[in-house]
Amino acid sequence: MRYEAPTSVSEAAKLLAKEKGLARILAGGTDLIVQMKSGMIEPDLVVDIKRIDALKRIKKEKGGFRVGAAVSGAEMEEHEELCALWPGVVEATNLIGSTQVQGRATMAGNLCNASPAADCVPALVAADAVARVVGPKKGRDVPVIKMTTGPGKTTLKRGEFVESIFLPSRKKRSGDAYLRFIPRTEMDIAVVGAGVSLTLDKNGKCSDARLSLGAVAAKVLLVERAAKILIGSNLDEETLEKFAAAASAAAKPIDDKRGTVDFRKKVSGVLARRAAIIAAERAMTTEKKGKK
Amino acid sequence: MSSNDRFESREFKVVGTRPLRPDGLDKVTGKAQFGADVTAPGMLHGAILRSPHAHAIIKKIDTKQAEKLEGVHAVVTRTDFAKDVDNTDVLDNCMAGEKALYDGHAVAAVAATSPSVARKAMKLIKVTYKVLPAVTDVDMAMGADAPILHDGMQTEGLEKKSRKPTNIAQRHEFGHGDVDAGFKQADLIVERSFTTEATHQGYIEPHACLANLGRDGRGELWCCTQGHYYVRELCADLLGLDESQLRVTASEIGGGFGGKTTVFIEPVALALARKSGRPVKIVMSRNEVFRASGPTSSSSIDVKIGVKNDGTITAAFADLRYQGGAYPGSPVEFGAMSAFACYNLENVKTIGWDVVANRPKQAAYRAPGAPMAAFAIESVVDEIAGKLRMDPIDLRLKNAAAAGTKASFGPVYSDIGLIRTLEAAKNHPHYSAPLGPNQGRGIACGFWFNFGGQTSVSLTVNADGTVGVAVGTPDIGGSRASISQMVAEELGIEYSQVRALIADTATLGFNDVTDGSRVTFATGLAAIEAARNAAKIMCERAAKTWGIPSDAVVWEDGHAKPVSSNAGDFEPLSLKDIAASAANTGGPIAGHYEINADGAGVSFSTHIADVEMDPETGRAEIKRYTVFQDAGKAIHPSYVEGQFQGGAVQGIGWALNEEYIYNKDGQLQNAGFLDYRIPVASDLPMIDAVILEVPNPGHPYGVRGVGETSIVPPLATVANAISAAAGVRMTSIPMSPPKVLEALDSVLIAEAAE
Amino acid sequence: MSQIHVSTTINGDPVEYLCEPDDTLLDVLRDRLSLTGTKEGCGSGDCGACSVTIDGRLVCACLALGAEADGRKIDTIEGMAEGEKLHPLQEKFLEHAALQCGVCTPGFLVAAKSLLEKNPSPTETEIRYWLAGNLCRCTGYDKIIRAVMDTAKEMKGKRKGKKS
Repeated sequence: MRYEAPTSVSEAAKLLAKEKGLARILAGGTDLIVQMKSGMIEPDLVVDIKRIDALKRIKKEKGGFRVGAAVSGAEMEEHEELCALWPGVVEATNLIGSTQVQGRATMAGNLCNASPAADCVPALVAADAVARVVGPKKGRDVPVIKMTTGPGKTTLKRGEFVESIFLPSRKKRSGDAYLRFIPRTEMDIAVVGAGVSLTLDKNGKCSDARLSLGAVAAKVLLVERAAKILIGSNLDEETLEKFAAAASAAAKPIDDKRGTVDFRKKVSGVLARRAAIIAAERAMTTEKKGKK
Repeated sequence: MSSNDRFESREFKVVGTRPLRPDGLDKVTGKAQFGADVTAPGMLHGAILRSPHAHAIIKKIDTKQAEKLEGVHAVVTRTDFAKDVDNTDVLDNCMAGEKALYDGHAVAAVAATSPSVARKAMKLIKVTYKVLPAVTDVDMAMGADAPILHDGMQTEGLEKKSRKPTNIAQRHEFGHGDVDAGFKQADLIVERSFTTEATHQGYIEPHACLANLGRDGRGELWCCTQGHYYVRELCADLLGLDESQLRVTASEIGGGFGGKTTVFIEPVALALARKSGRPVKIVMSRNEVFRASGPTSSSSIDVKIGVKNDGTITAAFADLRYQGGAYPGSPVEFGAMSAFACYNLENVKTIGWDVVANRPKQAAYRAPGAPMAAFAIESVVDEIAGKLRMDPIDLRLKNAAAAGTKASFGPVYSDIGLIRTLEAAKNHPHYSAPLGPNQGRGIACGFWFNFGGQTSVSLTVNADGTVGVAVGTPDIGGSRASISQMVAEELGIEYSQVRALIADTATLGFNDVTDGSRVTFATGLAAIEAARNAAKIMCERAAKTWGIPSDAVVWEDGHAKPVSSNAGDFEPLSLKDIAASAANTGGPIAGHYEINADGAGVSFSTHIADVEMDPETGRAEIKRYTVFQDAGKAIHPSYVEGQFQGGAVQGIGWALNEEYIYNKDGQLQNAGFLDYRIPVASDLPMIDAVILEVPNPGHPYGVRGVGETSIVPPLATVANAISAAAGVRMTSIPMSPPKVLEALDSVLIAEAAE
Repeated sequence: MSQIHVSTTINGDPVEYLCEPDDTLLDVLRDRLSLTGTKEGCGSGDCGACSVTIDGRLVCACLALGAEADGRKIDTIEGMAEGEKLHPLQEKFLEHAALQCGVCTPGFLVAAKSLLEKNPSPTETEIRYWLAGNLCRCTGYDKIIRAVMDTAKEMKGKRKGKKS
């Protein structure tokens, strides 16, 4: 195995393009190094992208934020404006592993590891975030929902890697939230994850909503049918019940060591409802803040 | 002296205080040397190849390619161990013979110049298996058509011998009275079945050792173990060595809880060292710790208890089935003995079945066998309290064992503290504190035998007036501090003047393993007696100095004094004075003591837990937890509290989330801390520890073992709290959210149907 | 596999070493530099026994490569005391009997130090969540949490004292 630590995106792209064997990007390394140590993968080349300054930045762009692929969860949490705009995404990223893991783990890494249970991905999908992919050819922008196809599988082509993730601007009275179910309070892989992003109108009616579920299918799901139920409503009890039922119905989980089909379906609805309530509260809080 | 009258009431100066532990500084600065922290010149790295199959015949092992790899210095298989050994199961567990009996069973090992070369070499070893059907569940392993692990196994303890192939190694029975007659007298009988899944001790330090062994049969072994003398005995047997030629040194130990009372990698490292002619270090990975070191048993238990309407238990019966992994020796005997130990019963009977299954050979885990039994019994007692509308503490007080009670496992109790713990719990503010929505409170009791055992201690009085104490029981939770306190107390000197250390097997007489909560009791007892022997010599030296008979001198408050004014008027001589002149009064002053200590003194505990349920997810959160336990005498109260708290939290983990998960082929699915979920800091509240002191007559200061009892009540305590909070009686451990939610839903469905 | 030359700073000292490209920082600390105070409990980032800081950021040494340390500042348990003067956390861990076997202790101390640097007055809940990645099997965490709370209180008192 070779280790390279390029200082520019183009240099990194060249290294990847030249490599004939198995190449892997090292960002936080919290999945990669575990997989290497357990013998799951034996890469020929590891490209550490943490020496590329551009990838260590959180940049304002078109009212949103572009988060570099090497930015850790802990660094995101220290960025006040990002936390204010997309609190659910930042929280989701900082549910990954321990404080120690959050000091290294990145959104891009969580996305490219392509686990159906990845914590930040449902939040990113709900946020309609877009990954910028670079490689041998011209860069391209790929919506996060289209980045993965199944466990461990991404749509990245040979030599390509994620350079950054773009979180768009938000309308007034918007909020997001991510909740996951784990047996303990920390350190577990999500048994179910639910990300909600929504916007309210002046009267507190929901004008836009997205729901995403994790760990209940081979890849993270965008559940448009459930989200539509919220639109036009005041998020009253009855709507939320229907919303939860639609979320449960959309879940297509399996039985495994972390949970059962029944449990995951049921809890999908519970978390979707709870996340929607938090997102709505946040949407209203942003309005209050705006008035100040 | 009978073991029952060693105790003498006295005022303490050092005992009962909370001095800093002698090994503390090295442990907070990173200097302490644990199992994996040492190296030797020319050292090789060992690695063990393990079976991926839960049950398979090993047809052939081809090591040629591995041996040829550059950097490989030795490859060993079963043929490299002694042929005719006493501990056949231990040998077979350390290195498989004809069959691999569980996923993770060792089949070969290599020693190489680096861990990565060793890993490569393992891939070059070709093992040909014939895979057999596997069984991991205890009830299925007892079934008529179960795959049989050991041809020729016969069930011991049966009245009628059977020649049928079986996985049942032994039947045990305990009790007295006539349970059938007792059940006839009952106004209410509750009968329930329970299961518990296997849990791992979960020590943070994986097994590690460094071995050196020459072809002359002389060897040295450094390892993290709870009992280096037992390691020596087993390794000598498994490798065909003389015990005198193998010196074992216990490193600092990063947790054990019973799991480090036997050998796994140590004989393998010695075999590799002998074959390669070089020192060999083996460190288990966490995956190996889960797959191949000893978890505890899983169990399946039926309980039947009959009571009068006033709460008097008329009869109690339990049938306990424990699988202990691939070899006989599950702690079902302790389970059957301890099941009803908290109660004063006229009619009681327990039957225990020791069963083998395709899982790693179980190892002791803190009060082995008792937590599962207590879960079943204390759950039924709680249900009875509910049905009789009695306070669960009152019901227990009505039937509680006390001094003079004939225990369900045979003996008659001397002074015991169960009632004190129940009364303390009842009067504690926790028991009457208000509860919030979705919250419930549970209580349960627990018992553990405690152990004494073979113990040697050697004590030296140094010329500067300080004292060294050599003990042979590895210090797993602060025992060097408590032993130093007892020696300081006995000799009347400052704690800071005493230093206790763990001697190796070559420099101190035999010691049993640090287990059975025995160290503060037995090593403490031996240290006190060794100090008394040294004091006796010091009195003789003073007598010699003064020219009076030695029986006219006593040791008091750290000084030799004339027994009375009749003996003469002499200024008392301090330990320091006597030590300074030792060379002129007869030479070095030392004391030693050897004993096979009985009188350990049984221990009881009552726990209270408050849980809050999330009714939509089945998740239970522990909101408040209090432990009440009889310590006999708490030598160092901080470390006694630590034992109470640590045991309680291990029990909480067992109750809620910890479990061995197997697939249908018998492969372990969660061999890591990610999915084997031990409690983390954010899962828990503070754990309040209330120390009660009912002196043990068998110890000079009244000490009882305190290490194990605290893990016995939590399973039932939490189950009873969940029952109170959510109205569901959970009969299967762990009470993980999917199981609890399913139970909650089935209650809703049942209610809807009504 | 050719070895990589790394120049770094560990506990304030300049250090150079050669390592394999796939050596973790933990492998390097323990096996190449004999800094065995950093422990390996799992090798997969689940136990926190190998907690160290890289450029002041708390991480698991088992989840970083040794090669990554080039030009960085690494701090381990061995650098926590200044000579014979212990860090207040080390004092409080001893005083509160916050360790039994002691194998998780270096990781807890490094992690707790990092918490107090970021948040000098954490609540009990904040401490419990910050330390959730550090497993302890002996203590039930009670005395560890108390030791950290007490340290924070004492350090705060000292800072106030200095100001006045």
